[in-house]
Order: sequence, then C-alpha cells, then structure tokens
Amino acid sequence: MSESAEKKFTVLVIEDELQMRRMLRLCLERDGYQVVEAATGDDGIAEALRCQPDAIFLDLGLPDMDGLQVLKRIREWSSVPIFVVSVRGEEEEKVSALDNGANDYITKPFGTSELLARLRVVQRYGPTTHQPTVFKTGDLEVDLGSRTVTLKGRPVKLTATEYSLLVLFVQNAGKLLTHGYILREVWGTQNAENTAPLRVYVGYLREKLEARPEKPTMLVTEAGVGYRLVVKN
Amino acid sequence: MAPGVGKTYAMLEAAQAAKLEGRDVVVGAVELHGSRATKLLLKGLSTIPGRQINAQEPASTEMDVGAILARRPHLVVIDDLAHINAASSRRAQRHQDAREFIEAGIDVYATLNLQNIASQADSVQRIIGTMPRNLVPDALIEGAEMRLVDLNPSKSPRQLREHVVQLTQDAGIGRIKFLSESDFVALRTLAWRFMAERITREGYAHTQANKLGGPWRSGQRLMAVLRPGDDCERIVRRAAQLANASNSHWIAVYVEARQSIGPEEHSRLAAGLALATEMGAEVVATIDEDTIRGLLRVADQRNITQILIGSSRGSGLKSFQRNRWTRRLLRSCGEIDIHFVSTEEEPHKQKHEALRFPRAGIFQYALATGIVAIITIFAYLFSPRIGGPHAVALIYLLAVMVLGSFARRGPTLLAATMSAILWDYFVLPPTHELRINSPEDALLLGMYFVVALVVGQLSTRIRAQQEVEHLREERATALYLLTRELSEAATFDHIVERAVQQMERAFKARIIVFLFDAFGHPGQSVHRASTFEPSEDETAAAYWVFRNGRHAGKFTANIPRAEAHFVPLTTSAGVVGAVGLRLDQTSPPTVQQLNLFDGFAQQIAYALDRQRLREVSEEAKLLAESERLSKTLLNSMSHEIKTPIAVISSAVGYLAPSYAETKSEAEQSAFNAIQEATHRLNRLVGNVFDIARLESGHVRPRPSHCDVKELIHMALTQTERELSQHNVLVEVPPDLPMVRLDFVLMEQALSNLLSNAAVHTKAGTQVVISARVENDSLVIDVADRGPGIPPEHLGRVFEKFYRGPNAPTGGTGLGLSLVKGFVEAQNGRVSVKNRAGGGTIFTIRMPVGDLAPTPAEVET
Repeated sequence: MSESAEKKFTVLVIEDELQMRRMLRLCLERDGYQVVEAATGDDGIAEALRCQPDAIFLDLGLPDMDGLQVLKRIREWSSVPIFVVSVRGEEEEKVSALDNGANDYITKPFGTSELLARLRVVQRYGPTTHQPTVFKTGDLEVDLGSRTVTLKGRPVKLTATEYSLLVLFVQNAGKLLTHGYILREVWGTQNAENTAPLRVYVGYLREKLEARPEKPTMLVTEAGVGYRLVVKN
Repeated sequence: MAPGVGKTYAMLEAAQAAKLEGRDVVVGAVELHGSRATKLLLKGLSTIPGRQINAQEPASTEMDVGAILARRPHLVVIDDLAHINAASSRRAQRHQDAREFIEAGIDVYATLNLQNIASQADSVQRIIGTMPRNLVPDALIEGAEMRLVDLNPSKSPRQLREHVVQLTQDAGIGRIKFLSESDFVALRTLAWRFMAERITREGYAHTQANKLGGPWRSGQRLMAVLRPGDDCERIVRRAAQLANASNSHWIAVYVEARQSIGPEEHSRLAAGLALATEMGAEVVATIDEDTIRGLLRVADQRNITQILIGSSRGSGLKSFQRNRWTRRLLRSCGEIDIHFVSTEEEPHKQKHEALRFPRAGIFQYALATGIVAIITIFAYLFSPRIGGPHAVALIYLLAVMVLGSFARRGPTLLAATMSAILWDYFVLPPTHELRINSPEDALLLGMYFVVALVVGQLSTRIRAQQEVEHLREERATALYLLTRELSEAATFDHIVERAVQQMERAFKARIIVFLFDAFGHPGQSVHRASTFEPSEDETAAAYWVFRNGRHAGKFTANIPRAEAHFVPLTTSAGVVGAVGLRLDQTSPPTVQQLNLFDGFAQQIAYALDRQRLREVSEEAKLLAESERLSKTLLNSMSHEIKTPIAVISSAVGYLAPSYAETKSEAEQSAFNAIQEATHRLNRLVGNVFDIARLESGHVRPRPSHCDVKELIHMALTQTERELSQHNVLVEVPPDLPMVRLDFVLMEQALSNLLSNAAVHTKAGTQVVISARVENDSLVIDVADRGPGIPPEHLGRVFEKFYRGPNAPTGGTGLGLSLVKGFVEAQNGRVSVKNRAGGGTIFTIRMPVGDLAPTPAEVET
C-alpha cells in the first residue's frame, strides 16, 4: 500500500457488534488502512458524511434500521464502494443489496485474506480511478479500443454477445455482478428469472478463455447471486 | 359441426400444434370410431386413461376428471363435449367437466356438434326431425375460440351417407332417416350462419372494447314471457337465440296470478325457468293478479325493448282468452316490440278449469244466506214501521257491503242476488210476486243490483291485492329475518342452525341440510341441526343436487320418490350443499314458493361463503403471524450464535500468520486445536440452523436454469480441502441440458454428499460424481469406495443425528438429513445403496419441469 502514503485509505465499519468491529479494525489496521467505526445505521450515515471514507463495510443486521436502508441512503449522494457483511444462506438479501448499489458482499465468518483481497480490488478499480483501455489478467488481454481479445498472445474470436458480456465483466473487474444486472446490461431484459441465456454465454466464454472450462478460475460463479471476473496478476 | 366430418382429427391436429409450441397437452377423452388417420395423430400425446364405470363391462369408461385435475396440464383435449356421463359420475354432462377444467386454469380443446348447441337445437330439429337430448349451454362456448369443421357433401357422397346414419343415431332415435342433399345444405348453412353471427359479435365486442373499454351490448333488452300452458322451453331457446344474434341482454319472466295451475303446466314452467337460468338469462318471477300489469312493471324496471311471447293457434275458450290477453298486451305495451313464437298445439291438453274464482268455504255461503234470510224475516215483519221498502233496500245493501268486506266474491254475489229477489218478493209491493209495478222501483232494483255487484267485486279485488301484498311482505320479512339471523351467526354451525329455524318457520316444513366437502360424501354430511333423518332416496336426491346444482326430490323430475324437495346451496366455490324441505302440502310448490326457496338457499349460501372466506383469511393471518414470529426468532438466534463464532474465527485468522512464525510447537498445536474446533463449531451451527429453517418451512426454493457442470464444480470447490486426499472423478455428458433448480440448495446438498464421502472413506480411494437425464429426471450419483453401510442401517442414514456404526468423530450427524431436506424442498428424492464391489452410492433424482436447451442449441 505504498501509494496510500500521503493520505491513508479510510474504511468505515458499520457494525453493531463491538467484538466484530474490533476484529475488523485489527485486521484492517495491520494492513495499513485507517478505520472509522459506527455502531448504528444513523451513526454510520453521519460518519460516512463526515469522514468521506474510501470504502464502507456495512452489516445488514443493524439494531436501529435495516442495513438495506442505510445502503440506499448513502447511495443517494455517494458512489463509495460498499461491502455488505451478511451470513450464509441469505442469497436474496445479498442480491437485493447488490442490486441496490452494494459493490460486493462478505460472508460471516470471513477470512482476513479474503477481506483484504476485496478491498484491493476496489482500490485498483474504484470508480475514481481512470479506466484503462487495455485490460490484462493472467493470460487474457482485452483491448477495449480496438475491440480485440487475445489469450496468450493469440487472438480469440468472440461473437457480438460474447464480447459485450466480456466487456461488462472487464469494466467491472473483480466486482460481483448479479444475474439480474448482467441480464439488464447485456440482454436488456427486465426479467431476472430466466438466467438460461446468461449461463449459456458464460459457458461459451469459459470454453474460449479458461484453461480448464470445467474448473473456471477467471469467470467464477457466486452461487445463487451472480458472476465475478477474478483479476490475477 | 356434425358427426364424422373430421372434428376429432382437426382437434388432435390443433393439439399437436400446441404440443409443438411446448405446451403440456393431455388427451382426456377421444372417440376414434376406428379411424386410423385419427389414431396416428394421438402419437406423442399423453392420454389419461378413463375411469372404469362398470366392473362387468371393461369398455365402459368415463373421462377421469380427478386424474386430469391432479395432472394439471396446460391443455386438455376432450372429444364430444355434449356427452352424457354415466350415472355414477360427479357431473351429469361432460361439458360441466370441461367447465371445471377451465375454472381450474386448464385450457380445453373440445369438439361439439351443431345440434348440441342449445340455441341451435330447435333449428336443427326442424331439419332432421328430432330433438337431441344432450345440449351444451351457449354460455360455455361464448368466450371460446371456435373452428368450424365442414364437409362438402357433393364431394364425398359415400362418406356422407355414413354420417347421416350417425347424425340421426346421435339425435337419439331408433329409426334412420336419410337426409336429402337439401337438408344437408340447410344444416351447413345453419352452421356457417352460427359462425358468422359469432364473428360479427366478436368483431363488435372487440371494436367496442377498444373504444369504450368495456363489453359491447346492443341497446336491445329482450324479455321472454313464460305462461302456464306455453311450450316454455321452446320460448326460452328461441329467446336465447334472438338475444345471442343481436347480442342483447335477456330475461325470462313469469308472472304468477293467484290462480292455481296444474302439475303438468307447473313442471313445464319450472323446466322453462331452469333452462333460462342455464342459458344465461336473468329469471324474474313476480306476483300480480293482473299478469299484464305484472309483465309491464317488470319490463319497465328493466328497460325492456322487446317482448317474446308464445302464441298458440288453438281454438275454443282457452284460445279466445289467450287472444284477448294478447290484444290487451298489444294495446298497453307502448313502444315495446312484441315477437310471437309459434308453439305447436299443446301436446298435453289440460282439463279446463271453468271457474277461476277462488273457492270460498261453505261457511261463507251459509253466512251469506243466513244474513239475507234474517234481514228478510225482519223486513217482512217490520217493513212498514222502519220506513218502507226503500229503507229495507238500504239495509240489504249494507249487509252485502259488510259481507263483501270479508267474504269472497261468490258468497257476496249470492247475497246480492238473493237479497234482490227476496226484497222484490217479500218487501216490495205487490208482495209475494216478482212483479215490479212502478218504473222507479225497477230502476231502484236495477241500481241496487249493480251497486251490490260492484261493491262485491271491488272488495274482492282489494282483498286479492292485499293478499298479494301480504304474500310479498311475508316473503320480504322472512328473507329479512333470515339475513338478520345469518349475519349474527359466527360459525358454520350457527349459520345452519339459524337457517333451519327460519326455514321451518317460513315454510312450515321439516328441514334437512347437507353440507358437502369437495368430493361430496352426502352420507356423512347431514348437518346435526336438521330436523329429520334422510331416507335413502333423499340422500340420493341431495347427491344429485350437489352434482347438478338444480332442484331435485319431491315435485321435480329428478328422484321424485324422495319425500323432501331439495334446493342447492351454491356459492362462489360451486355447490356446497343442499337444503331439503319436507313440506306439508300435497300440491307442488308454486313458482313463487320455489323462488323463495331459492332466495333462502342463496342467503344461506352467501352466509356460508362469507364464513368460509372469513375463516380462510383468519387462518392465513394466524399462519403468517406465527411464521413471522418463528422466522424472527430463528433469525435472531442465528445472529446471536453466529456472531461470536465469526469473531473467534476472524481472530484466529488474524493470529494465524504470526503464530506460524513465532510460537513454540506446543503453542502452535494448541492454536490449531482452536482453529479446528472453531471450524467444526461453525459447520455444526450452520447445519443446525439449516435444519431448523428446513423444518419450519422457511426454505423456499428459487429455481433458475442451472448448468449441472457448474453446479458440480461449485460443490467440488466447497469441499476441495476435505477431498484433497481423494481421487475425484467427474462424469457429465457434454450435451446435458440446463435444468431448473435452486442452485444454492443443490450445491449445498452436493457438498454435503461429497464431504460425507470424504469423511467416511480412506484417503486415496476414488469418489465418482456423475450426472445424467433419465425419464424426465436429472439424476446425480455420488459413489465412493468406502466400507459401505450395513444393510440394516440403509433406511436410517438420512435421519437426523444418525451416526453410522464406524463413523469417525467430528461429524454432526446432520449432513445427510440436510441433503434430504434440500432435495425434497425441491420435490426431488435422494436414495442410497451399497455398490457391488464395495462402497456406497447416493442418488439424487430431481424432476425436470422444463428442459432448457442445451448450451449448443442456443443461437448466437
């Protein structure tokens, strides 16, 4: 985190459990982040206004108000990356948080490395950073300017739909995209129920881009929620 | 539109087309008549086998309505909509079954002959000479899409001959009449005209709906008048036809005068009214001494523009009366058009009732005679002293008027005549002869006679009107009392009890109430508030009412042996019961009475319906409340327990790197113990809450199209650590279609199976996970080469907290019951068996609703 020397990357933790907040603070501070805490939804919104954090961890189960409500309120004026913290088995909650502007979610109990990896992604591809026209991850290279895709230096032929799907992933690299969001952006459908075309095209992309399509490492599935393009260096 | 022209063929073609569109089509009933071409078309359609009616005759089957409803296809194909079901069926006619399908949201393709359409039956009868018995009400086919299957007779004369035979047989006659070609042309014309009229109507309805946002009706409002002695059913059918052709609203009216009508006329009238209800008319029965006044009152209330009445060409007094009646109606109907339906000479001549006057008791005649006699004796003795014959005339007049005020017309008339003669004979000089000397006396006598007559007539009429009013009031009061009582009732039992009380009082009858469940077992459904035990016939009548929704029992054509008359209780959910009345009277109930029965039955049915809805909504509220509570409890418990585990787990994660570097071996192993215990605790808690969610029904599968390969990959990723020492083999055919499943639940089920395999087998053994589609099911096998399960334990492995005999420590005993829960929540099945050559094989079978295309089939 050398680039954050002049101004520390600030993370706001909105979480009602004191011990949980303390653990998050320990983990984050060890990696050089500055941590601001808030125990209620109201405090969280106030802190978000006051300290202008670079990222927010938001617990969905808050005592005073629904976490989703906090998310919507903050999204009214800020595009700061927000991570929703929830427990396993609440996919619907996750999807609705993501559809309401959350950038990603973390499942309790979480591993420190997972947490930090997510943070690094938003640091690199946050909304404030400039979008490069050439995107690279692993063996894959996508040139958005000339609309070419190469794998290990060899060009890959993609159909129009495959390409627009890939571009959507590239533009949101590392970010978790819900089925509904992808279907709206690429197919223009409002009906998130029929995910068949999406699954078929993700399959095509994996066939063409993954080393082992049956065990994807780049276009990974988030069960019940959506897909994520994993950025490898 | 006639037998044999290829309706079944056309219908099956349409069904095949629907199947191609991906709809779920089943064949409910189809008559092949040996046609091979038709039989070929049945290929690929699933047929629901018929229900056997008679054990002795294997061929006698009826469409299995229950099985079709249970199967819930998109579309059901039914041949011969007008078919009459065997006696033991739930509904009398097949078209009633069809209606049930439609109401259940299942589309119906059906065939129907022209002569079986109720409104067309008369016209067909005129051509082929017989009346079909099985009619389908127009209301059923009103909104349907119709296709005419026509055959040109000149092109295939041989086929035609056969069809004629069939047509006449269908019409229900023994003798075979060959139709001339012109008859056939007439039939075809009729069919085409019927279709054309429909199209016109639909066209109008469509344009008007677009313009006005509502269904279109012509300004015409038609009123069919039913009178005793008419061929009522004929009038009703004709009215329905006219109303349909002009797309107008229509009602059927019966005005009941106080005159009594014979049982024959009564049953025809009742049949006419029943038919009108069936054909979609509003039925109005009213009372008026003057039938024309009654008719015009109804016509005025409903803005009737056209009246349809029967006319007969008979002769004699009856016909004269009818003609006079008709002329009066014509004079007083104003702007209303009148149509006459020619009804043939009445087949059942009724003995003419000469005297229409209501019969007065002997007592009234005796009283009249007595009063006149007393006055005469008194006048004879004292006439000169009380002011002469003219004063006596006034006394007579007074007596006649007093008599007229309470007695009927007959005694009043008798008193008037007698007093006139006696006055002349005994009082008026010259006495003891019937001569009148002075012209003023003649005038007086004449005047007296007229006054007496008028008074008698007037008072009789007033009283008749009073009686009518009284009847109306009684009816209104009875209904009012009933509704008031019913509105106070808070349970089903109360409703029935109060209804029985009110009906007993209103009809002076003994009452029985049957309440049916959805399948109608009348034997167990006699309500305990009933005031008599049903006989076998009465139970049968109640059952008939339940199936047909019409009156039955005594005084009807249906099971008249029964001692009680049965009225259906019809709610929005269909016929829910029947009320039986054991009436004291021996004559059939008047239409007015029948109407009142219906009124009562309707009120009771409303009350029952209201109660049912109230209970349903209360139950739903209660259920939602308890569900909300338990969900809140589950969520908060889950949160309370999982949070500290999450804190421990994060803390362990935080410490892990530094411990590995700096601490002693003992400290590291202690730390590892914490780490492992945390992991296990976390899994246990997760499983326990999953089980709780499953058992409380809070797991709602959200199926979406899933790629099975992806599913297996995700499950393997989840269990990567546990299976790292095993040799995992995945066998999935590349063309496996996508399947609609809840991805998350399936992934958890598979992960649990895989980790179960990892725990119970030795490192280095093989675990095979394979998937395939088999008989409309997705089958996923997880096979291992472990020690296997003792056969006596095979049935128990999915039980909660079951641990195998050789299970290693550390398991929760919940994994496999979770698998079962997750799979069954999606209507799937999971089973286990031991493999030949050692090991176990777990099999998940998921029903595949609709298969999405395989990835290779989607266009790019």
